[in-house]
Amino acid sequence: MSKVPSDLKYTKTHEWVKKLPDGSVEIGITDHAQHALGDLVFVEVPETGRTVTAGEPVAVVESVKAASDVYSPIAGVITAGNPDLAAAPELINSDPYGAGWLMRLTPADAGSLTQLMDAAAYETLVQAEGD
Amino acid sequence: MGRRTPLYDLHLSLGARMVDFGGWDMPVHYGSQIDEHHAVRRGAGIFDVSHMCVVDLKGERTRTLLERLLANNVGKLKFRGKALYSCMLNEAGGVIDDLIVYFQGDHAYRLVVNAGTRDKDLAWIRQNAKDFDVEVTERTDLAMLAVQGPAARAAVAKLLSMSDAATALSLESFSGLPIGRWFIGRTGYTGEDGFEIVLDASEAESVWKQLSALGVASCGLGARDTLRLEAGMNLYGNDMDETKHPLESALAWTVAMDPPERRFIGRSALEAAKAKGDSRKLVGLVLEDRGVLRPHQKVLVPGAGEGEVTSGTFSPTLQCSIAFARVPAGVGSQVQVEIRGKQLNARVVRPPFVRNGQSLIDRELETPKS
Repeated sequence: MSKVPSDLKYTKTHEWVKKLPDGSVEIGITDHAQHALGDLVFVEVPETGRTVTAGEPVAVVESVKAASDVYSPIAGVITAGNPDLAAAPELINSDPYGAGWLMRLTPADAGSLTQLMDAAAYETLVQAEGD
Repeated sequence: MGRRTPLYDLHLSLGARMVDFGGWDMPVHYGSQIDEHHAVRRGAGIFDVSHMCVVDLKGERTRTLLERLLANNVGKLKFRGKALYSCMLNEAGGVIDDLIVYFQGDHAYRLVVNAGTRDKDLAWIRQNAKDFDVEVTERTDLAMLAVQGPAARAAVAKLLSMSDAATALSLESFSGLPIGRWFIGRTGYTGEDGFEIVLDASEAESVWKQLSALGVASCGLGARDTLRLEAGMNLYGNDMDETKHPLESALAWTVAMDPPERRFIGRSALEAAKAKGDSRKLVGLVLEDRGVLRPHQKVLVPGAGEGEVTSGTFSPTLQCSIAFARVPAGVGSQVQVEIRGKQLNARVVRPPFVRNGQSLIDRELETPKS
């Protein structure tokens, strides 16, 4: 059974979003997603300063098996990509909600987070997919 | 729902992630594909390969049939138990399948063919066998386990009686014989030493558990794929198929053009291809930039055109990405591979990449030590 922290927001495409104190957000892929992908071996994070729209592919995570796109849950401007993932992509497997974060972003619209799923809704989705 | 091997329930109980492979529900890994890969390079791992098809051939003219059916020459099989890797070609020289044939004596041979090609292989073999009165038996009563790695043979020997263990441990590389209740081959698909065991389906689960208790790691098809690619071994359907002949698939070494009077199926087409000269070949690539090579990525060959990656992955042993690619024969030592719109640099190498746990990709750069 994969972990779904209750204080985060989620997307149908298995990204999580954490609100940071400065108003920006941190984004990663869920425990369910990393488990489905298997051992991660390569990660490409977006460049700082890039403007992205909601649903736009912004990062790539590659496991031994396959490459998968990561979509931006909301519109905004990228403020950081996780620099540790280049040397240690396996951080996403070991700590998907912590050290394995992918990027940080300043939302174009502070209210856009309300459109995302809460933990209960995401848990239902994952169960429907047969976790 | 796909077809299931006799070990399906065991895989589920071990927490395997199951995937479809050639119509079969097979374990891709039991937690970490990379850990399973390392277990085989450093110790021992066990794979369920029961989806592969064992075909027994019997009849006085079996050798004559195989001389016609296989591109490699079964005449090389000089003693009972000896095995041979070969392609089975169509008249156009395309590869119907690649297989291993074991010489079992008394006009008896055992073939092991791929899971995904099982039905068409059997149809082709039966169609050709008619002319030679050879009996063709598909062995659906059997399971097959591959136990691979530097510690694999010793682990298997512990499950055998003293005399059977001695016989198994004295098997020459690339040979296989009935030993006790099992058929044991010193063959595999990982680039490590080890055994492939063919046994009654009812016995498979118990043998798996006994090997696990001896510390042999359960390994899925994911690790099997990264191990075989590091070992420089082709995968049917990726690296060759019915539209490609062995000479453009790095398999010329498996085609026996001598003696010239052996008219195997596909020979004329290969002679014509040889006379025309090589236009394409399969080479190894090592990615020098960051990224992962995958099948169907475009390969740019300076001055010679374009090619395509046929198999690609991240190599857990080498900690970089490696691939096979079919490219124009005029390829030099460097190419670019297009990945998501970017051109990344790759070095052309001669597979295998890894053998018996050791990297081979820098062997051409090594200078003799004084």
